[in-house]
Amino acid sequence: MEAEPPLLDVRGLTKRYAGRRRGGPPVLALAGVDLTLSRGSDLALVGQSGSGKSTLARCVARLEEPTSGEIWFEGVELTALGGPRLRPVREHIQIVLQDSATALDPRFSVVEIVSEPLEIMRRGDRRERRRRALELMETVGIPPGWSARRPHELSGGQRQRLAIARALAVAPRLLILDEAFTGLDVSIQAQIAALLRELRARHALTYLYVSHDLALMGELADEVAIMFEGRIVEHGQVSRIFADPRHAHTRALIEALPSLPAPAAAPGL
Amino acid sequence: MPALLEVRDLAVQYAGNGGPPGVAVDEVSLDVAEGEAVGLLGESGCGKTTLLLAILGLLPPSARVVSGTVRFRGRELRALADAELRGLRGAEISIVLQEPALALNPVRRAGAQVAEILQTHHDWSRRRCREEALSTLAAVGFSEPDRIYDAYPHELSGGQRQRVAIAQALVCRPALVLADEPTAALDSTAQAELRALLKDLQGRFDLAMLLVSHDLGALAAIARRVLVMYAGRLVEAGPPAQVFAEPLHPYSRGLMAAVPRLRSATHPRPYAVPIAGSPPDPAAMPPGCAFEPRCPDRLPACVERVPPETRMADGRRVRCFKHGG
Amino acid sequence: MVSLARRALHGLLLLLGVSLLSFVLLELAPGDYFSEMRLDPRISETTVRELRARYGLDRPLPERYARWLASVARGEMGYSFAYGQPVGRLLWPRARNTLLLTATSTALSWLLAVPLGAWWATRRRGAADAGLAVLTAALLALPDLLLALGLLLVAVRTGWLPAGGMVSLGHEEMGPAARVADVARHLVLPVAALVLGTAPMLVRYVRAAVAETLDAPFIRAARAHGLPERRLLIRHALPAAANPLISLFGLSLAGLLSTSLLVEVVVGWPGLGPLLLEAILARDYYLVLGPVVASTLLLAGGNLLADALLLAVDPRIRSDS
Repeated sequence: MEAEPPLLDVRGLTKRYAGRRRGGPPVLALAGVDLTLSRGSDLALVGQSGSGKSTLARCVARLEEPTSGEIWFEGVELTALGGPRLRPVREHIQIVLQDSATALDPRFSVVEIVSEPLEIMRRGDRRERRRRALELMETVGIPPGWSARRPHELSGGQRQRLAIARALAVAPRLLILDEAFTGLDVSIQAQIAALLRELRARHALTYLYVSHDLALMGELADEVAIMFEGRIVEHGQVSRIFADPRHAHTRALIEALPSLPAPAAAPGL
Repeated sequence: MPALLEVRDLAVQYAGNGGPPGVAVDEVSLDVAEGEAVGLLGESGCGKTTLLLAILGLLPPSARVVSGTVRFRGRELRALADAELRGLRGAEISIVLQEPALALNPVRRAGAQVAEILQTHHDWSRRRCREEALSTLAAVGFSEPDRIYDAYPHELSGGQRQRVAIAQALVCRPALVLADEPTAALDSTAQAELRALLKDLQGRFDLAMLLVSHDLGALAAIARRVLVMYAGRLVEAGPPAQVFAEPLHPYSRGLMAAVPRLRSATHPRPYAVPIAGSPPDPAAMPPGCAFEPRCPDRLPACVERVPPETRMADGRRVRCFKHGG
Repeated sequence: MVSLARRALHGLLLLLGVSLLSFVLLELAPGDYFSEMRLDPRISETTVRELRARYGLDRPLPERYARWLASVARGEMGYSFAYGQPVGRLLWPRARNTLLLTATSTALSWLLAVPLGAWWATRRRGAADAGLAVLTAALLALPDLLLALGLLLVAVRTGWLPAGGMVSLGHEEMGPAARVADVARHLVLPVAALVLGTAPMLVRYVRAAVAETLDAPFIRAARAHGLPERRLLIRHALPAAANPLISLFGLSLAGLLSTSLLVEVVVGWPGLGPLLLEAILARDYYLVLGPVVASTLLLAGGNLLADALLLAVDPRIRSDS
């Protein structure tokens, strides 16, 4: 066991939204969630819509304010920080969202999108930022000749890669991928998964995945936390969860997976 | 005896913006028999949605059918007048479009949008249309059809809207249902429910179905035959169990290898392997096999001409020089 | 309901704010009604000062404003120096004439714009599409003033229509039906000018709203179910496109007392326009304020009506409030 503090330590996180109708009941999106993430061990938050997984991810990314609870990142408590003191932390936690078409400004060119974080964090001068942006584009497999293209000229998979390049620009330690694979074709998902594996080794990243696709998460993550109605109902190593699911909801999710005829021989390509 | 739906050598092109036209569907032939569920597997851009739209004459103005025939119950659909085609749509052949949850008008009640399809195709009283709509809503699994009938779409969940859209497609008891990615926008338990629902409905109403999906689970559960489509062409056909377990075409093999599956300590598997490269530009299709640039098993003939369809011993069909031709 | 009440309160605050602002602005403009008199050597300084005192023009601003508010509450809305009457009495008949003009032209504009715009939305890239685009652009570019003058010219040259005014000579001697017909004939010219001035913009708005709705997935789905195009347009596209159009309609109502001012002056229609122009030139304070307040009232009322209509028409808004 490492003596190092966990990368991410969430304690008693609660998030309550005001009800939709006036006088309607408030929605409890997160009901006291505890979660730890160790450096180098990827975690997947799996659950259905409304389980709170996206809310949790967005709270960690500081896109939303929790109602109560603590978020400790590398020994620093995040909910107490605001504005300018939050900026250095923001570099370390980045997020890639689901719908890249709406997450990317359609009027920016590819290279502008990737260099924008560098500009905001005031890293280097214009020429350096452009050089770094082109470097990042190459890392994710976007040809440098495409630097002037707009997001709508790229396919869904290419846009997601662009979003990943942008997230990597400031060298984060934790990368959150919120339903980043949903809507992509299977082979594109596999491409992005391979890319993420490669990047992880090179840039010492830890991933926090959010998804409803248990099978895909089983591929990508080391640990899985199953969420249901704002709580984590089960948490463990991927292989253990699949082999021995303990909570009823986990079992329900596993049962919902389609049973596919397995390839007779290992695919040899 | 002719099949319910017979598509022969259908080719659809999109107008290029000042450049050469893009080939969306390239001489596709397929049959769907009465009560048979046929799956169409392929990735985005392969032309599967275009194929469905072309069958019903719903192509956008930028696309057109360049050649081929589509026969439904012996009638040539491309030769029908607008009014006749409209009479077919929703009544004999219905379609469930992508993102069915968006298929409902937000300012009108859900039930009315189901009933109005009946009103369009039948000369029934409003009360009768309402009753039929209610019974169809019950058939797609709503335990309180009255409440759903009077609800507005934004008051329903995504899964519920999906089921209303399916009710719209079924309310006139069509013979053939074209479904375009019905499970795509849902999360996993809703997907599982929808798969079960579609299978149940297909059996109960003896529907012929052309199910376009990249959800292998849905295809495995519902389709009797699966057609694999790549770059506008059909490259493999066969029962899902066989196509998924022993894919013949290199593209199908690549797809199966890219599917993430359960792994465990006792069943270690290599990671899902992506298919190298990307699909061809529809405006610049190669003269030979469209998959050739990415194919690990390419032969010299693959660059020269499009492989013909070969029938294998077990009845499966594949379009690949490796397997004949 | 609560939200409507709240909006009504906002409207009231708007009225107060606009009236105060206008008051202050008028104050800031140099001179007052009696300034002209000072130039006349026959009238002494003292007389002018006495006149000003009599009419309360030497009082401080807040006091004058408060008195004016009280006057509004009584229905008099201040006092016109030029006419020597309470403003209210002058306002209403003129406002009626203006409303006759603008209500007719607004109704006509909308009745024209909605079907035309909806039909135009269904024509993509054809002769009709291009033609309508050019026509509406041309009409939009022409100033109302020019349109009114042009029509006036036509009327004068051809004699088909009366060249201005609201009634002909001998109007009072006519029987009721003939009187209505007389006014109607005089309405044609100004209404035509106003409609030609406002309808093109409305047509484009309607077209944009309907065209956008026609691209929506639910329209494609309804088409796929076999619904005929006309039903798609009327029962599906228009209701769904109503949202922005209703807001626009509220604004249309707001302009009922103001959009016609120029045309009225050109054509000689006895509405608020000529009255306001005179009052401004003469610095007849309270007579200027009257139409301003009335217009603001209509603006608030129009917005309120639009909000109420939106609540009635769009179920999504109903759920949120």
